Amino acid sequence: MGNTVSAQKNVASRQSTDYAAIIQSESFQELLRRKKAFILPSSIFFFVFYFSLPILTSYFTVLNTKAVGAISWAWVFAFAQFIMTWGLCILYTRRAKKFDVLVEKIKQEAGGTRK
Amino acid sequence: MNVTAFLLFLAIVLVTLVITYYASKKTNTTSEFYTAGGGLTGWQNGLAIAGDYMSAASFLGIAGMIALTGFDGFFYSVGFLVAYLVVLYLVAEPLRNLGKYTMADMIAARFDSKQIRSVAALNTIAISIFYMIAQLVGAGALIKLLLGLEYTTSVLIVGALMTVYVVFGGMTATSWVQIVKAVLLMLGTFVISILVFAKFDFSLLKMFEHLQTATPLGEQFLNPGNKFKIGLDTISLNLALVLGTAGLPHILIRFFTVKDAATARKSVVYATWIIGIFYVMTVFLGFGAAAFVGAANMDPAGNMGAPLLAQSIGGNFLFAFVSAVAFATILAVVAGLVLTAASAFAHDFYGHVLRHGKATERDQMKMAKWASVGVSVISILLALFAQNLNVAFLVSLAFAVAASANLPVILFTIFWRRFNTTGAIWGMLVGLFSSLILVAMSPNVWNPVAGKAILVGEALFPLPNPGIVSIPLGFLAAWIGTLLSSSRNDAKYDEILVKANTGMRDSA
Repeated sequence: MGNTVSAQKNVASRQSTDYAAIIQSESFQELLRRKKAFILPSSIFFFVFYFSLPILTSYFTVLNTKAVGAISWAWVFAFAQFIMTWGLCILYTRRAKKFDVLVEKIKQEAGGTRK
Repeated sequence: MNVTAFLLFLAIVLVTLVITYYASKKTNTTSEFYTAGGGLTGWQNGLAIAGDYMSAASFLGIAGMIALTGFDGFFYSVGFLVAYLVVLYLVAEPLRNLGKYTMADMIAARFDSKQIRSVAALNTIAISIFYMIAQLVGAGALIKLLLGLEYTTSVLIVGALMTVYVVFGGMTATSWVQIVKAVLLMLGTFVISILVFAKFDFSLLKMFEHLQTATPLGEQFLNPGNKFKIGLDTISLNLALVLGTAGLPHILIRFFTVKDAATARKSVVYATWIIGIFYVMTVFLGFGAAAFVGAANMDPAGNMGAPLLAQSIGGNFLFAFVSAVAFATILAVVAGLVLTAASAFAHDFYGHVLRHGKATERDQMKMAKWASVGVSVISILLALFAQNLNVAFLVSLAFAVAASANLPVILFTIFWRRFNTTGAIWGMLVGLFSSLILVAMSPNVWNPVAGKAILVGEALFPLPNPGIVSIPLGFLAAWIGTLLSSSRNDAKYDEILVKANTGMRDSA
């Protein structure tokens, strides 16, 4: 695994934590990669989803058509924002548990040389 | 005077003072004062975040706005909630990992500069005081309506209570007042919502159908565009709402009250559930007020919509209860704001800038308490002065400043390797002043008709919400400032990257 690389580098600088070495370690790179792979697309998604509502209501009237009974699509879309927020919270909580495992691993690998 | 309401107000004062008494025994060190010793659980902090966030503006303001303008009021509910995704995904965990007591701590973890501390403290104090004036002016007007006390007396009562909570009980008292308030607010809102829903036989279809004809707006009530007529302004408001929360100092400091990033994350998730359920219920409050109270029976801003609704469907006791909940809501929010502004002054400005981080624990505690008193007195004076001004826009201004001045710097500190001190200072100052200047030129302040705004005249900037201009300016200034300076420290960013993502601390 990548910890041999970081361990070797860490020996060189005993005094303080060798952050550059931790960053180069495979575990840390994997953590960054996984976080980016989740956070970037989901953030873009929720921004687009969120701003679609004011943009559509401000410049178009399409959302004023009725979805069910007197409830128009504007209300459906607004309530969908709540579902989206809660949904993304649940998804993130699940992903973050995997991030936590990686963080533990990174700390252990770095732990040997931290003093 | 409504006797039940008076007794319930008294009960709330009593409960919060008991909390403060017990909290004062656990408030001996600066860490306890600023962060309750970092010992809150995810649930406790989640409730406290909700209690800190759901202000009287949300409870009374949004209910009134939905009652008077239909769909447009609901924009606030949606924006206030979705904002928590920005907090959860981008800000909460790195902030917890890098900071100690204040937002400035987090930025100073990367750039150890007195200038940055001072500017960050200035932003925190400005945002907190704007927000607080809006809350205090609202509190004065509300208590006057509910209990018949004079405006000045009401502001002084609220002001005295918030000072006592913070000075004696610090973050522990503030947190528990917020937790109790969150529970009361959810309970009150839930009861009203159920009663309103019952009137429509628990059918959303019936409720919406009724609202098509129940208001002076007719069918248009259910469509967007009754309040926000300028498209760009609607987008500007939404931008400030969704990005502002992640830069609001009184929300950010709540993440230092838990032990680690994982708990900070949990508390955001709990808060998001509570806040979301609350904002869904604002529809029932607003619709209920529109249907059973009517626009003609409310004040022009609709702030009395929710309490009057409680009276019409639940009688005197529910009215008293909801009024007391509104009172608790105001207390919890202003206490959080006092603590936030005081910690920026005492910890950042006094502790780090004036005393170079070398003040003794005793001196720091003393200054923290005096700063709390100072912040309270200034806010009370400003609130007394602003009695007859329409200051509701100050809440949106606080969100705009938070999004324009704080968020760019927070995000660049965490995510941008090249970012430097010059960029951070430029970003914060340009974000702050562009929001302030644009609002000073906006229709919030200027109106050709006397009495409609603070000053008489044509607005130079057409949008009431400055976010769409000031937020990009904040990011741009942070970026340009960075590029204009050659300063760059890769080793420091390596350290920040590791710390922000793992929560590692320097071994002493």
